[in-house]
Amino acid sequence: MSILIDGNTRVLCQGITGRAGQFHARHCREYGTRLVGGVTPGRGGQTVEGVPVFDTVAEAVEKTGADATMIFVPPPAAADAILEAAAAGVPLVVAITEGIPVLDMVRAMKVLGRCPSRLIGPNCPGVITPEQCKIGIMPGYIHRRGPIGVISRSGTLTYEAVWQLTSIGLGQSTCVGLGGDPLVGTSFVELLRMFQEDPETEGILMIGEIGGAAEEEAARFVADHVSKPVAAFVAGRTAPPGKRMGHAGAIISGGRGTAAEKTAALQSAGILVAQSPAEMGLTMQRAMQR
Amino acid sequence: MKIHEYQAKQLFREAGVAVPRGFVADTPQTAVDAFCKLATPLAVVKAQIHAGGRGKGTVADVPGQRGVQRVRSREEAEQAAGNLLGHRLVTAQTPPEGKTVHRVLVEEGRAIAREFYLGVAMDRAAGGPVLIASAEGGMEIEHIAATMPERIHRAPLDADCGLRAHQIRTLAWRLGLPPAALRAAEPFVQALVAMFLRHDCSLVEINPLVLTPEQDLLALDGKISFDPSALFRHPELAGLRDLTEEDPAEVRAGEAGLSYVKLEGNIGCLVNGAGLAMSTMDVIQLHGGQPANFLDVGGGANVQQVTEALRILIGDASVRAVLVNIFGGIMQCTTIAHALVEACRSVHFNVPLVVRLEGTEVEEGCRILAANGLDILTATDLTDAAKKAVAAAKAPQNK
Repeated sequence: MSILIDGNTRVLCQGITGRAGQFHARHCREYGTRLVGGVTPGRGGQTVEGVPVFDTVAEAVEKTGADATMIFVPPPAAADAILEAAAAGVPLVVAITEGIPVLDMVRAMKVLGRCPSRLIGPNCPGVITPEQCKIGIMPGYIHRRGPIGVISRSGTLTYEAVWQLTSIGLGQSTCVGLGGDPLVGTSFVELLRMFQEDPETEGILMIGEIGGAAEEEAARFVADHVSKPVAAFVAGRTAPPGKRMGHAGAIISGGRGTAAEKTAALQSAGILVAQSPAEMGLTMQRAMQR
Repeated sequence: MKIHEYQAKQLFREAGVAVPRGFVADTPQTAVDAFCKLATPLAVVKAQIHAGGRGKGTVADVPGQRGVQRVRSREEAEQAAGNLLGHRLVTAQTPPEGKTVHRVLVEEGRAIAREFYLGVAMDRAAGGPVLIASAEGGMEIEHIAATMPERIHRAPLDADCGLRAHQIRTLAWRLGLPPAALRAAEPFVQALVAMFLRHDCSLVEINPLVLTPEQDLLALDGKISFDPSALFRHPELAGLRDLTEEDPAEVRAGEAGLSYVKLEGNIGCLVNGAGLAMSTMDVIQLHGGQPANFLDVGGGANVQQVTEALRILIGDASVRAVLVNIFGGIMQCTTIAHALVEACRSVHFNVPLVVRLEGTEVEEGCRILAANGLDILTATDLTDAAKKAVAAAKAPQNK
């Protein structure tokens, strides 16, 4: 079954005429994603990567019936692009952009809370249901269809985990990048709920990192609502306090948000936590065998 | 981005948040001029560094001199400024060797009836900015949070309209502000909140916020940090940055579009992706080594960026081995291999280099590294890479 996206999902690309948008639109299309259109204000009427470009998301939705969008719009206009997609009623909005001002996202979340659209990201690699649909920048070839749902705050660390899973024969149902920013549209909890309800998913791998309390919140949810095996890894055990480690959301502040705290919280919920990033796949396998 | 107290107070002043009168000085003479201009019986000379705890801070070569000094004459002002300017001030929040003081703030002394803590910070759980206040002024907010959390009051801000009047009245009641001070509290807090939103701040702290005997509110200290992602739309803030307060390698990395944080160990790391970079540091430690840095080259690393990254790592004298860990997604391993070859040609390498490549075009990438006769140890997976890097850092060095 998978969650969020499948072979029928019709995808728009906002920012398709930019370098990154065009490059990734092509790679998604080549993977098998049903790319149906692009949006760049002022460039309506052009064709890019074989799909029509529109000036507005509203027109793109009307003409193509799109039900998902991926956003490659630069930071100054990215929050506006997210809200435009939500206003046009696009059910799934995947925001790839890194570097959106925090207050822009605070304001956007206020609006999104009143809309049915689901936001994934920002500052995320995207979502992929292997062999069916790829919305984002992840390398398609490392994925295989299978029973593991993957939820991650990271980019390349997710690819590392997926590669390990594929290498030991544990394919993936859907992989979701939550994003590295402090405020993101969807949390671990919502996806854990979806994976718990998805018949195709038999185990769940969580990849977290320092900063915030998302893993702790997820642990409480797993303890109460998730019966499928869950494994996890938390990056940043060696991160010093007070320093932003690349991701805007990866910062230990006021002593809170450490990898040790998160690991302890996850373990107390019965989640198997990998000691080493080299053992994420192995740890998921052990969790499946329990 | 952090700024100094005197800069924060200037922004407060412009926003209508009351601060004591004061002038910044960078020589003992200008400190004396400032004292004279203030024409008050009591002034305070305050070292300006990007660190707290200055009141208890010490100056290594001037025993008895603190980072904050009350002065009552031109001579005292001159002496305090002379003891601080150009000297290193050591506080609980600086590195052990302290930070060099380049400026002092000379401020009028004001009588204090009560002290409070007032701040605005981003709160992830709340999904936005929150006003934080406590009647326990003058103490570290984290200490209050840890020992007496019930003394901290919070009010969520709306990112568009700030705080409502009733939120401020209620807060004033919780803080035990006398009725005479309530009149001052509302415009003071509204001005602070408006300033936070207008400048895209990530943190504003007033500790202590002082209530004077005349029932005026004053920001006796000020700390402001800005959201780095929003700086592009604040040209007015660009000039406030103090590069002398930042690690030179971190500044250099930032200019090259790299994310870099200096750490204490001796194994330099070069990785694509923040999560993978943190994990690389973690796996090194797991196998008995210590990372010298965090470095994320990002998704589109080109030859120039990889070369600059390697230069920064080699420029760190404590680095005894370098671990390059790249998971090629859209970035192909051949690209990073070419970049490494070019970089090794331009940067003089005198430490072992361990390279672990995985992902798109990995076989060809490894072949390129081998074919160029580079003295590189290749690794297959994270464990192998970490073990090789740790062993290389421990081996006797040929320099």
